[in-house]
Parts: sequence; C-alpha cells; structure tokens
Amino acid sequence: MSSAPDLDLLPSDVETALRKTVRALLADRCPTAAVTAMYDGDRSLAEALWPALAADLGLAGLLVPEAFGGGGASAVEAAAVLDELGRACAPTPFLTSSVVATSVLLSCADVDVAREALGSIAAGDRTAALVVPLSTGPDASLPSITETDGLLSGAVRSVAGVIEADLMVVPVRTPAGVAVHLVESAAAAIEPVVSLDMARQLADVTLDGAVGRLALADGEAAIRSGLLAGAGLLASEQAGVARWCLEQTVAYLKVRRQFGRVVGGFQAIKHRLADLYAEVEAASAAARYAAAALAASEDVEIAARVAASYCSDVAVHAAEEAVQLCGGIAMTWEYPAHLYLKRAKADQLAWGTPSAHRAALADVVNLVVGAPPA
Amino acid sequence: MTIDELRRRVAEFLAANDPGTTDRTDFLRARYDAGLAWVGFPVGHGGLGADQALQPEVDRLFAGVGAPDNDPAANGIGLGMAAPTILAYGTEEQKRRFLGPLWTGEERWCQLFSEPGAGSDLANVSTRAVRDGDGWVVNGQKVWTSQAQNARFAILVARTDPDAVKHAGLTYFLCDMTDPGVDVRPLRQITGEAEFNEVFLTDVRIPDTQRLGSEGEGWRVANTTLNNERVSIGKGGERETGMIGRVARTWREHPDRRTPQLQERLLRLWVEAEVARITGVRLVQKLADGQPGPPEGSVLKLLFARNAQELSGLEVELLGEDGLRYSDWTMVRPTHVEFTGRDAGFRYLRAKGNSIEGGTSEIIRNIVAERVLGLPAEHRADKDRPWKELAR
Ligand SMILES: Cc1cc2nc3c(=O)[nH]c(=O)nc-3n(C[C@H](O)[C@H](O)[C@H](O)COP(=O)(O)OP(=O)(O)OC[C@H]3O[C@@H](n4cnc5c(N)ncnc54)[C@H](O)[C@@H]3O)c2cc1C
Repeated sequence: MSSAPDLDLLPSDVETALRKTVRALLADRCPTAAVTAMYDGDRSLAEALWPALAADLGLAGLLVPEAFGGGGASAVEAAAVLDELGRACAPTPFLTSSVVATSVLLSCADVDVAREALGSIAAGDRTAALVVPLSTGPDASLPSITETDGLLSGAVRSVAGVIEADLMVVPVRTPAGVAVHLVESAAAAIEPVVSLDMARQLADVTLDGAVGRLALADGEAAIRSGLLAGAGLLASEQAGVARWCLEQTVAYLKVRRQFGRVVGGFQAIKHRLADLYAEVEAASAAARYAAAALAASEDVEIAARVAASYCSDVAVHAAEEAVQLCGGIAMTWEYPAHLYLKRAKADQLAWGTPSAHRAALADVVNLVVGAPPA
Repeated sequence: MTIDELRRRVAEFLAANDPGTTDRTDFLRARYDAGLAWVGFPVGHGGLGADQALQPEVDRLFAGVGAPDNDPAANGIGLGMAAPTILAYGTEEQKRRFLGPLWTGEERWCQLFSEPGAGSDLANVSTRAVRDGDGWVVNGQKVWTSQAQNARFAILVARTDPDAVKHAGLTYFLCDMTDPGVDVRPLRQITGEAEFNEVFLTDVRIPDTQRLGSEGEGWRVANTTLNNERVSIGKGGERETGMIGRVARTWREHPDRRTPQLQERLLRLWVEAEVARITGVRLVQKLADGQPGPPEGSVLKLLFARNAQELSGLEVELLGEDGLRYSDWTMVRPTHVEFTGRDAGFRYLRAKGNSIEGGTSEIIRNIVAERVLGLPAEHRADKDRPWKELAR
C-alpha cells in the first residue's frame, strides 16, 4: 500500500474569495424558483446564468492555462466553484465544459484545433461538451461513433451539457482505439430529453456524416483521465448539495413546531442530523483531498475514486434525509428539496457509479477477489 | 519552525545520543529535554513551540534509525488526555513535575472519571473531595478505569461543593495511585481480559499542589480532557492503518475466503476509513492553523467507531470457520490497550467499546446537534438545583 501524500486541505485566500464571489452571484441570480421552472420547460435561468459566470467572472476557462488565455487555476479552485454550484443546484455547463471537456482538450493541447478550442472556451465565446452518456465512468466502454470517408456517424444517448454547447468533443472508434474529434454542434442532431435532473438536462446526439477535426488520434487515455477528473471534482458539487440539504433541514426544523415544541429538539431527529453532519464534514474533506490530489497530480487514482464513491452516496443520503425530516412540505413542488434530491440522484450515476469506482479501487489498492493484478 | 530545521535538530540529537548504545530511559529523557518529544509543546516542556502537525515526521525520523519509542500504547490516557489538560491548566511547577515522566512512560496515567452513577452524566460524580489543611481527602468509587493497575497517577474529577449546581461543584485533581487509600480491583470484560477496573478511594490524600485548575472549575477542565480523548480516539494516521489495515491484511492472506459480496462491503469500509483518515488530516491542519477542533474531533470518533465495528464484524465473517474460534478467554490484565490486537474475535468484541468509551455515540450526537447545529438542548430536570437535592 503506497502511503498517501501530504496535501494541504485548508482553503487558500484565493479559494475563499472565489467562493464568496460565486456564492454572491448565485444568491442574486439563481433563485430556486427559477431552477424549478426548468422542469416546466423554462430555461431562461440557464441562458442568463452561464454568461454571467463564464464571462463576467471568467470561470469558463478557469482550468485553461494562462498561455491559452485562461485563468490558469487548479482543480482546487474549480472544486470551490463546484461546491457553490452544488449548494445552489445551479444549472450551468461548468462541470461538462470547463472541467470534463476542458480536461480532455488539455491532453490534446499540442494540436492547433484543440488549442484554439481552449482559447475560445476561456474567452467565454464557446462552450464544449464531451459526447458520452453522463453515466460513463472512467472505466466504462466508450460509445461507438465511427468514421467513414472522413465523416462521423453514430448516436450517443443522454449526453450532459450538450444543449448548452456549440462545440462537441467526440470520441470516435478507430481500428486502433479511440480518437478525439471536434465537431460543431450545428453539424449534429441534438434532441433534448426529459431528464431526472432538469437543471442538468441531457440530450441525445446523432451524427450522420458530420465533419470532424481530429484533435487526438490515440485519445482513449485522455478521455478516461478527463472522466476521472470529472468524477473527482463532481464530488465537490455533491459535497455542496449535501451541505445545503443539511443546513436547510436544520434551519427548517429549528422553527417547525409540533407537540408544543420545536421539532428539531426531538432526539430522534437530532441524532439523524448529527450523523448527517458527520457525513457532510467527511464528504467535504474527501472532496477537498481529491481536488488537491488532482491539482498536484499525485494519488489521483485513489483520491478521485474515494471522493466520487463517498460523496455520491452522502449527497443522496442528505437529500433523502432532507425530504424525510422536513415531512410533507418536502414533497411539494414549491419547496426546493426535490431539486437537490433529483440532482443528487442523477449525480450518483454521473461519471461512474459508486460501485464502479469501488470496483476499480479494488485493483488499485489490491483488495481483489481473484489473483492480484500483474 | 520549518520541517528542515526540525530534521536538522533530530540529526544533531541523534549524533549526540546514539540510540544503539544509550540507555532507553536516558535516551527518552534526553529527547524530551531537546524539545523533540512533542514538538508542538512549549520549550522546556518537551517541545519547541512548533507546528504539532510536524510531529509525525519527527517520529518517523526516530523510528527510521531504530530509536526506542515511549511505547505510546501503554500510556494512551497519559499522552492523549492528561498531557494536553495539564498543558492547558497546569501551573509551571505542575507541568515541570508531571509532563516529562509522563512522556517518557516512566509514569503512566489513568482516568478516574466514570462512576457507577455517573457515566454519560459525568457531571453527576459523587466522589467527594474535602479540604483538609493544605490538601484534600477523597472518598468514593470509580469504575471502568482502564489501565489503573499500571498507572502511577490519575486524572480525577471529584465533588468539592455539593451545595452548588452539579456542573459547578466539581474540581479536577492529579491523584497519586500509590496512595494507600487507592484500591484497584480488576473488572473482567467482554473479551475475557480485564483492561479496566473498579477503583475504590478511601481517605486518599491529595496535596493542593495537585489540584488542576481552580476549585469548582473541574467541569471545564474535564471537558478539555474529553475533547482530547475524542480527538485521540478518532484521529487516524497513515492510509490503511488501524482496523482497516488489519482487515485488509486478513483479506489478502485468505484468497480462498474472498467473495464479490464480501469485497463490496470491504471496499465500502475501506473508502469510509480513508475518508475518516482524510477528515483527521484536515482536523490536524485546522488545529495547527489555530482553528477550533473539538466538534470535528467528535465527528471523527463517530465515524471511527462505526467503521471499526463494521470492519471487525466483517473480518469474523470473512474468516468463516476460523472466525468461530477465539484465541483465549483467560482473564489477564493487559499492559497495553490495543484495539487491533490479538485475533478477529477479540477485535470484534473490543470494538464494541469504541462507541461507549470516551462518551457514547448517542452523547456525541447530542453534543454535535446542540453545539454545532444549534438545535434545542435535551430536557434537563437537574440543571438549576443544588447537586445534593437531585434524585439519584
Ligand atoms: C472499554 C471502556 C473503557 C473505559 N475506560 C474508562 C476510563 O479509563 N476512565 C473512565 O473514567 N471511564 C472509562 N470508561 C467509561 C465510559 O466513559 C462510560 O462507559 C461512558 O461514558 C458511558 O457511561 P455508562 O457506561 O454509565 O452508560 P450510561 O450513561 O448508563 O448509558 C447507557 C445508554 O444510554 C445512552 N444514553 C445516556 N444518556 C443519554 C442521553 N442523554 N441521550 C441519549 N442516550 C443516552 C447511552 O448512549 C447508552 O447507550 C470506559 C468504558 C469502556 C467501555
């Protein structure tokens, strides 16, 4: 068992300031009622919010190096943003474009088209999406778009962030493996689907003889490491979701009265909330560790999978507790708990399920069932 | 002080004190005097006023050259609880007298807090300390006192003012366990052995110089001890140490027993152990940064207790037929407290104490709910009346 590196888990001043800025903007521009409206087809919040975050705050290119016009920040700052986005259940393509698609493009950055794409993402001019189902984990088989006579064809279901994207990062099956192509969204049929989490609405993508520009001929490793980074940083969003559920539930139960007293004073409730607090604290530490590991390129394989599997389940548990402990009001459309439950449940499947991450971890930490890996 | 500076000091120390030839006690005393015992403690008391987070590296350097250590598992209560409390509330003279031999292990410590009528409700202790000249005379009964049979001193909470409300009438003492009035009787436990004891105190004399903190301040001082206890019970070190390390080893040693179902459970627990470890690392960093820690220490203890219990239960199942056997039920009085010692059955049984000792998990949930989340306190029938009038 390799020993774990010493990573700084306390927020830097930059991180704290960034978090504050994002929180203030979301408090102002992302009311939960507007998130709820997305379930009835009103996407005006999403259309207004992303430009504010992407261009005004310059978050679109947070992970893009300064040399390409980006923010040159690390995974730690991206994690702080995601934590805040999770707290607000905010509908933005930050995770899909600025984290996952950007991570893949960074692996292709010695190719002109990829560099250009990174520059335009950083400028807030373009938004990108990796064309795989949101449920694709770092170990899953990749979809099979194929190339014939230089044109791409195939269909991929349940892609996240593609409705918001004008640039698609497409894994393409080749005889040798998987290549990465860039395709204009306009060249594809993008069919939005009714999604469990409408604040991260999915779409089915069909390519029928679309033109692609090759970014990386041997791209499988780049895609898988982008998905792992996505899973590791999604953990911060999940920690933010869980934190909101805990805080909102505690706040409500401090004022809700039954039997002549505040409901939050009943011990059965207090103990469940204390347990949840312990889980939420642990989730935030695990997510922060994964971000620090990604930033330092150390211990990524373990750190990301530990955070992904743990935080996925904690977010779902927190949202389920929020619904149960708040009672009937939490079953209403008006009370925002359902937004977080839907986000948490969808996030649990995003970029690999907890079980899939644990199964992969078994090989890494040598807890296999059969013979140890060679 | 930087880590490089510390490394230099350790190297200099080792050059001057050869661990291979120096007598063990002399070596440990010299290490204490050089401030390399617990580097976060002040100069003159075994430390250098450095960042305590650097301690593991210092310990690694000493271990790396095979230097003798202070056998921490034999004095967990001294190192983990008595020492930080003496540091926080002790006079200079008390720190000078007690911290050195405590650290070297020449004097081990135990904790005389719990009583038959005061477990979770610790503030209800009825052991009486009555002033007598320049000292105190103590009478009462303590229970569940781990390691009392090996201890030279005890941290003791006793009632000095029965007319005050219960939390206000307590005082904290450092009690000499060799006093003729101290009677330690083994109390056999679930594992067959007797790690803890009943302790009867009959006219035990304690000089006033061994009072820690002011008269009536015992509850506050005791809470410093308890917070440190929870931190030290929960705080993990390296990856895959403690119970997960032990159970992972069992998994690797028994390929024939592995199944996908057990593997899924083991990995879940591996992840939880790792997350608790990371949470512990963050706590240490927060403490070093001067941020308050106790609630997170309590959180860690909750996580740790559940993880250890589930892991040790899994290990018995994993071993199948061998899990049905037990090493030895003979009543012994161990010199060390080791949660992961002996065999799987022992670990399973001993881990049950993890959610009881140092404050039960229910009490910790109350504390977290009330002090961290700000939820209403439990109904208290006993809060505003003098202790002596309370129903018992
Ligand atoms: C292995 C071991 C070693 C120990 N070593 C020491 C030692 O060295 N020194 C020492 O002083 N003590 C020691 N203890 C004692 C320990 O601190 C107490 O056992 C503990 O505080 C619980 O007290 P109790 O056993 O009297 O249980 P009780 O307080 O009687 O509790 C019984 C049950 O009621 C629950 N309960 C009590 N109050 C509440 C409440 N308000 N809300 C909800 N639930 C409640 C408890 O959680 C528990 O489940 C040790 C205990 C163990 C198991």
